[in-house]
Amino acid sequence: MLDPQIIIAGVLNGLLAGGIYVLVAVGLTLIYGVLHIINFAHGSLLMLAMYAVFFLWRLAGLDPYVSLPLVTAGAFAVGFVLYRLVIGRFSHGKDENILLITLGVSIVADNLALLFFGGDTQTIDVPYAGDIIQVGAAFLPLPKVISCGAALLICLVLGLFMTRTDTGKAIRAVARERQGARLVGIDVEHVFAVSYGIGIACLGAAACLLMPTFYVTPQSGYAFVLVAFTIVVLGGMGSFLGAAVGGFLIGITESLGGLFLGEQLGQIGISLIFILILLLKPTGLFGSRA
Amino acid sequence: MATDKKLPVSRRGFIAGAGTLAAGTMGFPLIGGAQPAAVKVGIIHPVTGFVAYAGSQGRFGATLAVDDVNKAGGIKSMGGAKLEPLLGDSQSKVEVGVAEVEKMNEQGVAAYIGCYQSPVGIAASQAAAKYNTPFLIDVGASDLLVTRGLKNVFRIKPGFGACVDQGISLLGDLNKKANGVAKSAVIVHESGEFGTGTAKLLASKLPSIGIQVKEVIGHDNPTRNFDNIALRIRSAAPDIVMMSNYQNEYVLLARTLYQQKVNLAAMYSILGGGFNYKFAKEQPDVSQYMIDVNHWYNPKSEKALALKKRVEAAGKEFTFEVYLAYTVVDLLADALEHAGSADKEKLTAALDASTFKAELMPYGPTKFVNGQNEGGRAEVMQAIKGDIKVIAPEQFAEMPPVFPKPKFT
Repeated sequence: MLDPQIIIAGVLNGLLAGGIYVLVAVGLTLIYGVLHIINFAHGSLLMLAMYAVFFLWRLAGLDPYVSLPLVTAGAFAVGFVLYRLVIGRFSHGKDENILLITLGVSIVADNLALLFFGGDTQTIDVPYAGDIIQVGAAFLPLPKVISCGAALLICLVLGLFMTRTDTGKAIRAVARERQGARLVGIDVEHVFAVSYGIGIACLGAAACLLMPTFYVTPQSGYAFVLVAFTIVVLGGMGSFLGAAVGGFLIGITESLGGLFLGEQLGQIGISLIFILILLLKPTGLFGSRA
Repeated sequence: MATDKKLPVSRRGFIAGAGTLAAGTMGFPLIGGAQPAAVKVGIIHPVTGFVAYAGSQGRFGATLAVDDVNKAGGIKSMGGAKLEPLLGDSQSKVEVGVAEVEKMNEQGVAAYIGCYQSPVGIAASQAAAKYNTPFLIDVGASDLLVTRGLKNVFRIKPGFGACVDQGISLLGDLNKKANGVAKSAVIVHESGEFGTGTAKLLASKLPSIGIQVKEVIGHDNPTRNFDNIALRIRSAAPDIVMMSNYQNEYVLLARTLYQQKVNLAAMYSILGGGFNYKFAKEQPDVSQYMIDVNHWYNPKSEKALALKKRVEAAGKEFTFEVYLAYTVVDLLADALEHAGSADKEKLTAALDASTFKAELMPYGPTKFVNGQNEGGRAEVMQAIKGDIKVIAPEQFAEMPPVFPKPKFT
């Protein structure tokens, strides 16, 4: 039987991991909610953002947290341009084409990264990497606490943006009723590009928050994307709140599963949740409100 | 009026010149035809996929060695035949590795070199056995590679069985000198053939040196987060953490244990996938005092040091994948020299009887028994201030070991 202190520490670790999952999943669910497609390039674009953070640190000496506004803005620009020049242009308005195009973008991005950056594991050594906050038996690494707090703050700002600004309202209108939005004069194609850009900007922010404690290789984005897909399904596809709640639930499930069942069997918890949600509530926890 | 213009070339000279030209023209194709055929060598590594870095390092080392063999005049006993590398990418997948073997067989390879990952090496060498083609393992830790009775498989480096034996014995010596400070260990391993096999051996052998195994923790590839494993380690409070995993997880686990300030006498890995100069240089605090038992070059070998300089000048890291692949190409070239032919049977016999001197490595003369070189051995290294030094065996040691390591304050 595990010491209750260890279990509490496990829950806290799960919450910290969940913070990053939330940010990755929010981008994915936003793109799904508006464009109604699963963005297969999500992992690859996260990986590219992580490389951007790494090179800004190595070449310009920029701390990952300092580079957050820059990388987030850059990621938005990349997402916007990618939609305008590639996805929107070649999809001819068909969702299945968008799926294939994002898959293609992912394959090209992975291989370009391998070609230009090599397959080596790249890490960032920041002076606060070893700082911890002790809560009972838990030694919480400071960068992970910062990541979790910042992820929550970014989600909050994004939520305010979606509810309080005209662009946010236009995005929600397009997500709810594409044709109706077009009839009232909303430029739907522009909203698609902005939404895709915001989804990728979330990845840019996630990359900055991840790099002080994680590594980057051309494959590293996939480590987060599979779990993000599960979170989106759990929370309800297209639901912001669902992604936030789902992210923390999956983080805690993974953490406690690892503690009780071992790291390999611990992943079963995530798959079980995925299957149960599909069987019992296919729209996800907050799907009906999406 | 007749003009008397003298030709600048005499009749005799003209005939001699024309004769030479004719002979030359006719002779060239003959000379071309007499050129010995190149020996095709299939070089299979995972240059894409989750161990792409290690695979590309292996490919780099192998192609560098092929270039060096060719520049030095090729295989002399075969009239200077050049080695022709056929490069294959296993994509870190077993089935793709096997498909590469089949494809290269169609192209007429005389031997294969590969494959870094044990599962890929096991399947690929099995496929090569159908054609009796020699398969030289450059990197591949599992002892299954050489215990299946296949006559075509040769591994010059020691497998994890030998590395574990050596690592355990050297850890026993270290611990004895430190008055038996280490009494318990937790083993953390990746869940594939390499990590699981090494962990099983470690768990069975650590008690023989007075170290009890408190827990054996497996993890998947990739693992996003080692916080829980760090919690379990902290809860078990071992003196030593023994790690057996590939590069990404190795680095992530080391960082997590450092961040979580887990106090240990040592982090001691056997065949630690991420223990290299780059890790030591980029994460000097994390890597400080970490110990690894691994394939390492001979620090007293001038040839090894010269190769290290060349590799680093090319902007590459001098990792074990590079010098093991280089060594294996040299071994193949040596066997071809002795066989005097690329005939598979003769080449297999030459490999079987090889006494090749692996100059880059701290090995004795090569002696294959059932495909495993009995002369191979690992070394023990320790990371110190962003660098890596050999601490054992004594004849190769560059510094005394720091054991136990200082505690976190």
